[in-house]
Amino acid sequence: MSAPPIEVRGLVKRYGELTAVDGVELTVQAGDVYGYLGPNGAGKTTSLRMMLGLIRPTEGSVRLFGRDPNATVRALDGVAGFVEAPAFYPYLSARRNLELMAAYDGYGASSRIDLALDTVELGSRARDRVGGFSHGMRQRMGIAAALLRSPKLLLLDEPATGLDPAGMRDMRRLIRRLADDGMTVLLSSHLLAEVEELCNRVAVLRRGRIVYEGTIAELARGAGASYRLTTTDNTRAREICLGQPGIEAVSTEHAHIVFTADEPAVAELSRALVEADVLIRELAHQTVTLEDLFFSLTEGDGVVLDRPEPLVVERAS
Amino acid sequence: MTALAAPVRQASTEATGKAPGVWAVYRWELVKLRYQKRTYLGLAASVLAPLLLVLAINLRSGAGHGDAFAFSNYLTRSGLVVPLVILLFGAIWMFPLIVALVAGDIFASEDHNGTLKTVLTRSLERQQIFAGKMLVAATYAVFAIMLSGTVGVVAGSLQSGFNSLQSLSGTIVSAPKGLELVYASLVVYLIPTAAIVAIGLMLSTLTRNSAAAVVGTLMFSLLIQLIGILPGMGGAQPYLLSTQFNAWQGLLRTPTDWVPIIRALWVCALYGVPALLVAFLVFIRRDVAGG
Ligand SMILES: Nc1ncnc2c1ncn2[C@@H]1O[C@H](COP(=O)(O)OP(=O)(O)OP(=O)(O)O)[C@@H](O)[C@H]1O
Ligand SMILES: [Mg+2]
Repeated sequence: MSAPPIEVRGLVKRYGELTAVDGVELTVQAGDVYGYLGPNGAGKTTSLRMMLGLIRPTEGSVRLFGRDPNATVRALDGVAGFVEAPAFYPYLSARRNLELMAAYDGYGASSRIDLALDTVELGSRARDRVGGFSHGMRQRMGIAAALLRSPKLLLLDEPATGLDPAGMRDMRRLIRRLADDGMTVLLSSHLLAEVEELCNRVAVLRRGRIVYEGTIAELARGAGASYRLTTTDNTRAREICLGQPGIEAVSTEHAHIVFTADEPAVAELSRALVEADVLIRELAHQTVTLEDLFFSLTEGDGVVLDRPEPLVVERAS
Repeated sequence: MTALAAPVRQASTEATGKAPGVWAVYRWELVKLRYQKRTYLGLAASVLAPLLLVLAINLRSGAGHGDAFAFSNYLTRSGLVVPLVILLFGAIWMFPLIVALVAGDIFASEDHNGTLKTVLTRSLERQQIFAGKMLVAATYAVFAIMLSGTVGVVAGSLQSGFNSLQSLSGTIVSAPKGLELVYASLVVYLIPTAAIVAIGLMLSTLTRNSAAAVVGTLMFSLLIQLIGILPGMGGAQPYLLSTQFNAWQGLLRTPTDWVPIIRALWVCALYGVPALLVAFLVFIRRDVAGG
């Protein structure tokens, strides 16, 4: 199997004047736990709908393991997931709903019903009508219904939305465990913090466009420790910074020089500055969280990046 | 979800078993019908209509003026007349409503519950889902009409006796032969009913709203009847869908009049096939968003 689990090229979905998804490019490799991030209305659900063959792209293509979900449902072999709140027949019990899904899945899916119910801890409620289930229980039913297909690729649209803290933690653990078992997961969320420890790679979507795509580590490097430096001679200091090992992403903001570095590099820098007779007026450590970075990417006129440039954003601290 | 120790890997036992097909959809759509109130509403109407008619006959004959009325006289001579009278009057709105209850709902309810995205992301092509649902809507229509007819035969015969029947040409038909004709009539009645089912399915996919589709189907059926009684529209009469609901009467003539039955076949196809085609194309091509 050489084709990647998900390959999306030039994906566009327009609703009249509105472009919900605007030229999305995405490759999810086997074994990835991929975060698909964006604020409300960014186009996450619309993208996932196209990936699952529920809506037709206006332009572009989706390939799941090399197959087109808009051409045949066979493309969903080994693929499972849900968009928005998972929906079931309210007048049927949890077990009957899963029996129906399993019958529609074929390939012996019905033998996995008990295990799926146990995995999401709904075994004791299996005989109750889904109509009476809480939101969290329905989310878990959604996961159970997906597991019936014994998927290699799981597409989950905000699986933790609306769950209480314990439910969120359990959902994260469950996804972690499924990923450890070898499933590739694409997971949408509007909270970076939610996927931070779960995903190895993320795409950040803003108004239908991808504004960041890369590993969490790269994103974190941009977000990590940054320093603000003010000296008696900023022009000279800047040159020194640029020539100093371990000092990265040097930029000038107002009357400051901003850069990222680890602590030993900063210590070395201060020595270099003093030796060059440039005196330090201020050297401040400023933390920019991933969350801050996320906001800068998804709000206002945030810079659109197609390369994960280490981006340091100053927010009122 | 605290018992996270259980291995999930076990879930990924090798894919065995067959690919699902239309049969899976058909079976499960029937299961779903069993759990829905509307199913029983329609069936209750199918059963109650002949029972009420028999009750009326019973009260009338009990009151002692059975012979005052030619029609009620006809009704009391043989129980086999009861299902036929139900067919006659059921065509106005009862049977269209009964079959629309299921046909109009079967796609729209998926929109209402938001479950279309759930079933369309399993292993069945949209064509298979469509075929399964269509067959179930048809099955329900067949079941409702056969049920109504059977209840009519049994209750009618209990009330008025399993007697010979006077055909529309005035000849007398033996009771067993009459029973045969009753069921043949029910079968012919299914032709226009199928067209109503098709229209219900079309409105169900187009409106995505159960109530709108059910009411729309009924309105369509009533409007067609209205056209028939408009002045100057007499010429259109043979080609109206409502007229085809009388085609079964050809069976009750001697010799059998096949003309209205043959006409019903192609006229109903002209109504039903395009409706079905629209339903199919809309369902196959539609975006499943929202819900
Ligand atoms: N069926 C539709 N018809 C018209 N516009 C739509 C439709 N579906 C989505 N949109 C629009 O497309 C945009 C993206 O919506 P989408 O649901 O994909 O966002 P999202 O990222 O999933 O948001 P959320 O975090 O709120 O779930 C929104 O502006 C939405 O109004
Ligand atoms: Mg969404």
